[in-house]
Amino acid sequence: MRPRGPVFLARRSYRQRRMRDAARLLPVAGAFLFLLPILWAPAETEARDTAIDGAYLFVVWFVLIVTAALMARGLGRQEQETGAETEGRG
Amino acid sequence: MPFNLLVLACLTYVIFLFLVAFMAERRAEHGRARWLRSPVVYTLSLSIYCTAWTFYGAVGYAARSGLEYLTIYLGPTLVFVGWWWILRKLVRIGRAERVTSIADMISSRYGKSNALGVIVTMICVVAATPYIALQLQSVTLSFGVFAQPGTYAWMIPDTNSTALWVAGGLALFTILFGTRNLDANEQHTGVVAAIAVEAVVKLVALITVGIFVVWFVADGPSDIASRINASAIADWDLLPSRWAGLTFLSAAAVITLPRMFQVLVVENSDERFLGTASWAFPLYLLAMSLFVVPIAVVGLGLLPVGANPDLFVLTVPLSQGQGGLAMLAFLGGFSSATSMVIVASIALATMVSNHIVMPLWLHLRPAKAVSGDVRRLVLMSRRFSIAAVLGLGYLYFALSGGSAALAAIGLISFVGVAQMLPAMLGGIFWRGATRIGAAAGLLIGFVVWAYTLFLPSFGPGAILPLDMFLNGPFGIGWLRPRALFGVEGMDPLIHALFWSLSFNTAAFTIGSLLSFPTPIERAQGLAFVYVFDTERAELRGWGDGLAEPESLLIMAQRILGDEPALTFFEEQARAQGKAGYLPDPSPAFLAALERQLAGSVGAAAAHAMISELAGRARVTVDDLMRVADETAQIMEYSSQLESQRAELERTARQLREVNEKLTQLSVQKDAFLSQISHELRTPMTSIRAFSEIMMEGGMPEGMSEKYAGIIHEEAIRLTRLLDDLLDLSVLENGTVQLDLKLANLSELLDRSLRAAAQTRPEREFLIHRDLPAEAIFLRTDPDRLTQVFINLISNSRKYCDATRPELRIAVRQRGGRVLVDFIDNGSGIPKDKQALIFEKFARLTDQTRAGGAGLGLAICREVMANLGGTITYLPGQGGAAFRVSMPLRLEKPPLAEAA
Repeated sequence: MRPRGPVFLARRSYRQRRMRDAARLLPVAGAFLFLLPILWAPAETEARDTAIDGAYLFVVWFVLIVTAALMARGLGRQEQETGAETEGRG
Repeated sequence: MPFNLLVLACLTYVIFLFLVAFMAERRAEHGRARWLRSPVVYTLSLSIYCTAWTFYGAVGYAARSGLEYLTIYLGPTLVFVGWWWILRKLVRIGRAERVTSIADMISSRYGKSNALGVIVTMICVVAATPYIALQLQSVTLSFGVFAQPGTYAWMIPDTNSTALWVAGGLALFTILFGTRNLDANEQHTGVVAAIAVEAVVKLVALITVGIFVVWFVADGPSDIASRINASAIADWDLLPSRWAGLTFLSAAAVITLPRMFQVLVVENSDERFLGTASWAFPLYLLAMSLFVVPIAVVGLGLLPVGANPDLFVLTVPLSQGQGGLAMLAFLGGFSSATSMVIVASIALATMVSNHIVMPLWLHLRPAKAVSGDVRRLVLMSRRFSIAAVLGLGYLYFALSGGSAALAAIGLISFVGVAQMLPAMLGGIFWRGATRIGAAAGLLIGFVVWAYTLFLPSFGPGAILPLDMFLNGPFGIGWLRPRALFGVEGMDPLIHALFWSLSFNTAAFTIGSLLSFPTPIERAQGLAFVYVFDTERAELRGWGDGLAEPESLLIMAQRILGDEPALTFFEEQARAQGKAGYLPDPSPAFLAALERQLAGSVGAAAAHAMISELAGRARVTVDDLMRVADETAQIMEYSSQLESQRAELERTARQLREVNEKLTQLSVQKDAFLSQISHELRTPMTSIRAFSEIMMEGGMPEGMSEKYAGIIHEEAIRLTRLLDDLLDLSVLENGTVQLDLKLANLSELLDRSLRAAAQTRPEREFLIHRDLPAEAIFLRTDPDRLTQVFINLISNSRKYCDATRPELRIAVRQRGGRVLVDFIDNGSGIPKDKQALIFEKFARLTDQTRAGGAGLGLAICREVMANLGGTITYLPGQGGAAFRVSMPLRLEKPPLAEAA
């Protein structure tokens, strides 16, 4: 028998747990993007593209900072609400 | 620019920093330092990651190897945006365990093992010395630029003396503000404020130079981009091993560098600041590195070939005739160098004093730990350590001649401190990590680092002979320092990083897997790894009731200082349901005290000191099982029983105390009733006798006046007694009318001392007062307060049994309350009587000496309750000591409001 309607999930705490997952994944994504230039094999191209490479790195860097800032607000608010007993387990 | 002007600007700047630090400390002392402990200041203080190596060296690095300099900032960025993984846990552990340094953290995690503390301290000192030398070198070089305008050579006449002056000045600053007091949690508000200011200065300086270069020397960003692609910088090749390796290395360094650990964990005053720092610190790093390549490119184009690119930040503005801008840049570089040296030497000095000096001293003279002046010893050893650390840095600078490129030294240092990474991360994420494994990993990593990177960095033939580089030691080819196991063609730095960390991690894991942890180690491992999950389960290894609370208090005062120790003991006593300052020496209390002391002298030393008083801690199997979660369920029941038993014991003890008090009170009351009947009867008898004589009449002239005088005097005595009783009952009912006004505390004390001098006027009392501290205006009922003061001073005059009596009146403010202590040098009040003295009718000695009805202190207590304050007896002060505490501004009579 198919269940009617979605299985109940506490929406709010579910979102909070996924927010923590995202906070843990952010440095992984950042590391991937920062290490990407290794694959560009710059030695083989003759084009002088250091300025563009630099711009790429700074843009990635800035996006990481903005994402971290947005997430830090959400995480900080959670920590105040949920208190010490549940944090860190999710 | 004249050289003298530069020195003057430098001195002015340093004096300004002194003022900032001084003001910050002053404000913090008065509890008005909220803004000093804010996320912004926390983030700015983290910027000591950017030393002179960043400020000057990054441009040189970019001129030599293109964008590779970015790796040094990308690593920390990843660590900070990933704060939820590591930093959050580190900070929580640091606060829960009152960690004082990275050495203390590793030592504490692995069973408070001091051997580990010594190893970590040694690694940190060896790795930091060249780094400090590097800062001295950068300041000296930048002085050199101004000393010889027009040339860009590095040589100035007396480089060594410049470096010596800088090192001396920094030592002075660090000692003044880094070791002013032995804080309970090792935080230095003044220093943090000063380095936050320096962080702003260096950021502003570098960005200003960058803006000048991009928009005033070049024609905006697009021009810069084309200049970059046209310059030699565009020829750089990204070496994958260095790119990935350096990113990893800087990520490791940002959490293992002693100075970073100091600002990140030890100086952290609120965990929530980390959330802000997680994006704000990367933003700071981005801003610091944004203009590095433009400055490098413009410098390469403008300045003659062979100019030192490490100094472009200074020489580019100078070559354009921008003296003021160059001065700003100089101050920026100066800030970067000084803030790093200050924090690094504080961090290292804490480690050296806590893990080397203190344990040695405890080992040599264990009994002194309790009675000697520990605070002075710790502070002195820190001062000497700071001087020694800076001296080592100067020595390294003087001996090495400061020739190597800036970046090279910094990276060598990074690899050295990265050796702590396995022990640290293993310690907070893996319960199975043991002391043996950590020590093996640290030692082998340190040796490989020294052999493959540190010693070779002095150059072939300097320490390691040239032959060793070419053919290996004793001709063993696969042991060549730059090609271990025949791995050739690797970059030397990456080679050293790879091998040292590989050996380190392998030794750490294998050592941990094969060894068996001690009980304390297992308990500490549990507390560290599950710091978020469990309430800290105290390991109750201390014997119950073996230590005398008063001697514990004396020891704590010697380490924490009088006020913090008294506050802590009072809190603990209240938690046990007792009044006063002396809690029962229960195992839980001893564990809490140990943790408190660990915040000042480190976990290992604190453990050893308490052992002196309470006997050796015996960690039993039961204790471990209670703490370890594997068997938690089985043991739950018995541990509940145990805690109930403890609770019962405590209640019984309290009941016994109360009962004793009641019995004594009842005896006192009976005694008082007979006393008061006696007191009432004696004057009554004489009044009756004399009035009868007068009624008979026929007395000679003058006699009737004399008799009436006697009757009058006796009536006054009666009235006074009844007044006291009445006063007490009014005070107790809370129906007293308070006359609130502003009053100067100093004047009140003057008045009280004058009035009390009538009590036993023949005694010469030496009064110690602190007039500046007394200059406080209180809003209170001055007459009532004076009544209390007079009573306390007269009591002291009456009962102080010293041959040369002295009375010390100490005044201090704490969070909107004023504390006035009256401490004499007599024999004090015996412990069994301390609970009774504030009761009505209590009198300790025989009545003839006292001359009162025993109501004085009871009235005092009621008066203070009406004034919204308290009066308590302070134990352990070397005499009778009373503390009067009251609000600075009494708004409404609290009792009347409640009624």
